[in-house]
Amino acid sequence: MKITFDWLKDHLKTNLKEKNLLEQLTNVGLEVEEVQNLSSDKELFKVAKIIKTIKHPNADRLKVCDVDVGEKEFKKVVCGAANAVEGLITVYAPPGSIIPKTKTKLVVAKIRGVTSYGMLCSECELNLSEKSDGIIRLSSGYKKIIGKSYFSKSKSNLIDLSITPNRPDCLGIRGIARDLAASGFGKLIDFKKKKIKSNNKHSLKVKIKKEKNQGCSIFGSCLITDVKNTESPQWLKDKLISIGQKPISAIVDITNYVMFDLNRPLHAYDADKIEKGIIVRNSKSGEKFSALDNKDYKLENGMCVISDHKGVLGLGGIIGGTRSGTELDTKNILLESAYFKPGSIRTTAKKLNLDTDAKFRFERGIDPLSIEDGLNKAAILIKEICGGKISKIDVQEIETHKTKKVKFDIKLVEKVAGFKISTKEIFKILENLGFKFKKKKNFFELTVPSWRPDITQEIDIVEELVRISGYDKIRIIDPIKKRKKSTLNKSQKLFHFLQRSIASKGYLESITWSFTDSNYNNYFRDTKKEIKIVNPISTELDVLRNSIFSNLIIYMNKNFDRGFKDLSIYEIGPTFTGSRPGEQNTVACGLSSGKKSRLSWIEKERNVDVFDVKKDVVQTLIEAGYRSEEFFIDNKTPNYYHPGKSGRLFLKKGADLVAAYFGEIHPNITKKIGMKTESLVGFEIFLDNLKLSEKTLNDQKKKFNVSDYQKSERDFAFIINKDINAQDLINAIASVDQNLISNIKVFDVYEGDNIPENQKSIAISVTIQSLEKTLNENDLEKINQLIIKTVENKTGAKIRS
Amino acid sequence: MSDLKKIKDELLLKLKSKLNLSEVNQMKSDLFGKNGLVSSQFKKIGTIAETERKKFASELNVIKDELQDLINVKIKEIEKEEIREKLQKEKIDITLPERPFVRGKIHPVSQTIDEISSIFSEIGFSVEEGPDVESEYNNFTALNTPKNHPARDMHDTFYLDEKKERLLRTHTSPVQIRTMLKDKPPFKIIAPGRTYRSDSDQTHAPMFHQVEGLHIDKDINMGHLKGCLNYFIKEFFELDKIKMRFRPSHFPFTEPSAEVDIGYEMKDGKIVIGEGDQWLEILGCGMVHPNVLRNVKVDPIKFQGYAFGMGIDRLAMLKYGINDLRAFFDCDYRWLNHFGFDPLDVPTNYRGLSR
Repeated sequence: MKITFDWLKDHLKTNLKEKNLLEQLTNVGLEVEEVQNLSSDKELFKVAKIIKTIKHPNADRLKVCDVDVGEKEFKKVVCGAANAVEGLITVYAPPGSIIPKTKTKLVVAKIRGVTSYGMLCSECELNLSEKSDGIIRLSSGYKKIIGKSYFSKSKSNLIDLSITPNRPDCLGIRGIARDLAASGFGKLIDFKKKKIKSNNKHSLKVKIKKEKNQGCSIFGSCLITDVKNTESPQWLKDKLISIGQKPISAIVDITNYVMFDLNRPLHAYDADKIEKGIIVRNSKSGEKFSALDNKDYKLENGMCVISDHKGVLGLGGIIGGTRSGTELDTKNILLESAYFKPGSIRTTAKKLNLDTDAKFRFERGIDPLSIEDGLNKAAILIKEICGGKISKIDVQEIETHKTKKVKFDIKLVEKVAGFKISTKEIFKILENLGFKFKKKKNFFELTVPSWRPDITQEIDIVEELVRISGYDKIRIIDPIKKRKKSTLNKSQKLFHFLQRSIASKGYLESITWSFTDSNYNNYFRDTKKEIKIVNPISTELDVLRNSIFSNLIIYMNKNFDRGFKDLSIYEIGPTFTGSRPGEQNTVACGLSSGKKSRLSWIEKERNVDVFDVKKDVVQTLIEAGYRSEEFFIDNKTPNYYHPGKSGRLFLKKGADLVAAYFGEIHPNITKKIGMKTESLVGFEIFLDNLKLSEKTLNDQKKKFNVSDYQKSERDFAFIINKDINAQDLINAIASVDQNLISNIKVFDVYEGDNIPENQKSIAISVTIQSLEKTLNENDLEKINQLIIKTVENKTGAKIRS
Repeated sequence: MSDLKKIKDELLLKLKSKLNLSEVNQMKSDLFGKNGLVSSQFKKIGTIAETERKKFASELNVIKDELQDLINVKIKEIEKEEIREKLQKEKIDITLPERPFVRGKIHPVSQTIDEISSIFSEIGFSVEEGPDVESEYNNFTALNTPKNHPARDMHDTFYLDEKKERLLRTHTSPVQIRTMLKDKPPFKIIAPGRTYRSDSDQTHAPMFHQVEGLHIDKDINMGHLKGCLNYFIKEFFELDKIKMRFRPSHFPFTEPSAEVDIGYEMKDGKIVIGEGDQWLEILGCGMVHPNVLRNVKVDPIKFQGYAFGMGIDRLAMLKYGINDLRAFFDCDYRWLNHFGFDPLDVPTNYRGLSR
């Protein structure tokens, strides 16, 4: 909402300065977005007349114009506009002025060898409209003021306010003035209600059809006959220009003026073009009309239209049609002032993707009691400027406006705000805002002003009072440092721990979108359902991610393009399994590329491999408190992993839920995507599948059990079939005697010479230690034999001699 | 006896020459080995006349000790010399690089979430979460934003079905609804998380992070709200003094509502938070609307309180001088490395938020 202090002063008597105004607007909740200093800059823009044009000697499209700017000598200005012709009255910007659109400062400059002193402006360059083809064409009325400033002399800045959607009343200057006055910033000037005094009959029949979901409840109108539509007088033009509107014609300007002044949208029809009478009704599917924005609209069922016997004239409260629009030669007009229901306006505008000033106001709620005030004010102005005869006002009403009453207990103010406002002050504020009140037993009964659709209950009254008396009166109550409940729950602690644990292993934490490119997502979707976004911002972000890999790979690739090779990144966040709330999992997903120790003078470089990510997964889980002795790993993994070089980890054998996957990314995928790297490995840890430990750290620490008896290490080499896993050997050994076998390490795996085909040799070191005594040779030999026997029996392995 | 003397003299002579450890060890076994010169002298003891025997034996012992000492001294000498030589040979160029290592980092958004949680933890808030996919009811209707309300225009929403019943939450406020439906008052929670709006340019990302706050009890008023946020802002920016301004605003789910600005100034093209005379909006808040409380079956006559919501990414940008919001989600290795935090830098109450 754009306002000026000068316009505000039509409604507000105040001696305060603009600086105070800006502060006070913000204080009452009318946020100042921007203040444009127009006066000093814009005064430089002058009404000017082109006296002569000649073709530019060095450029076909340019002209050199002699321009009368009200000084003794004409200015030479180079101009490229096609409509820059002799006799045109337009707007001239001298050197030193700043063009509002581009914010550039004009200087005297040579254009293709010809010096140009300033420029002639288009509407677009002056921020008056989007029109940029050609320079402004002013009407002949401006002839009298050549050399004078085009913009009003007002010293008032253009103040742009951000009005919250609950305050339609402040979409009119008077509403803003009322709020300011209530807060003590001046006094609201009484609204001099001039009324039409007329005995002329309103000869056009208006009817609101009583239909289901009728969007219009009141339709007020009057006829003004024998008008002479003309240019607006200077004061009106200045007013509209001062808030960035472009004057069009007196009738249009007057309806706009009343809208901005009182937040009362009006519409003027050319009465001669209305066939028989006005019918306000719901549209029928397929009806068409041409709107004033020069577009044709096809309507659906049930949109509120203003029609005549021929068809649709306009969309009520949104936009008028070209068929009945007023023009300069319009003689008889029908002036409409109606009430349209916010919901109806909004539904229609959304369906047709239409946004207008009127729609913006009606969808927020217009004062239903302002119908006649608007008609009176506009009709009288039209008569003053354009002449003509005004008819009586006709008001069709199918639902009467009910005044709202709210019970109000003044004790609630302090209870909510934490500070006291005196009863006297409370009622002063409410009165100034337009409330009426009656004292009842324990409370007051307030009558809500008709222009405040936002106020429906007691708390809204409190808001008004606190807002108007000032939020700076709210005192600071320091918080108490007391905690009744732990800040994080177990799963949040786990999240937090894993997040930092993975980073500590050399991974950079990334955060990527929760959505992704369906093409990439399909690589990692496995058997999951694709979840489409109905309205994605781009086709590259069209589905919710089923796995974090797709995004990590996309961004990994971007980093390769930046010239990086050996990267480890991870993300911990949601992946989605369905489109219902809760159908999501929390996953920690890591991706590692390239080599370890590339170009090191001391370490041997090698590709990152599956055992790097296995280490990261296992170490992370151990650090998080899970027992690696119980881990169960097999090779059944989703199809985006290399089938031979990937694994699946369960916290326990026989567990239902997979704790993690890890492995090489399937070579088909890296090839299709075109990943330029020697190696690409990754992992996924599923946080929701990790059992939350019930033991606290102090429980875990309590039992300390170590042996000081001598330990001995024995090495074994077994030959087994290739398809037997090392883990089977380890498990077999561990099963021999859990009390004596304290550590098992695979230190060599060998295939080739001296080993039969389809077999391999696995060398294992076993640490044996008792909690009770030092084992003698005899004891050790017994265990050795037991280990060999058990392994041979359980796995079919043979000890290597 | 002259044999012994001869042995000693020979040894002394030999020890004078340059010897290595094995040569000395050889000499040692030549003397004291099974058939060594000294050992054989001991064997002779039995053959010596009884009158001489005692003297011979004691002299032999003396000389044996003497010879052993000489050899041991020599061994030590050689060992010392060997280490000296070894050290001389082993001098390396210590300026060569260490073995390679990699450093992981925590994303600034995660770090900021931990900072925020740590601050609110101190004053008794606990952390709640909610799903990223929400129902239209939880995201809007329950929060007093019915269908067709113009306030919905301010949230460009991603939908997951044509009926617009399922969406990506546009704010963290639905966690208020979930929390209040799940438990009984009082409530004192924060809810950090991902939020989504179909809006994308230099200052808007289609996904960003918010933290929601909710405190409902019997007598919580706007003073508590102001106090809580005043405390948070000072702690978060690690400043003793900071200018803060409450300004009336409107959110459908709070009444009265406020936006909070903090003071700043521009120094050398950078924002300096604190006491400057410019205002920067950082969050929205207000007293929870009675309609919202009614929607979650909390009696607004008995209970009242406040809620707030703020942009985590924006807080991180202000605190750590990050200019571009889009870069947060671009995974540029250089950016992550520069703005990321060491995983050991865990913000806690006792060691403070930062180093």
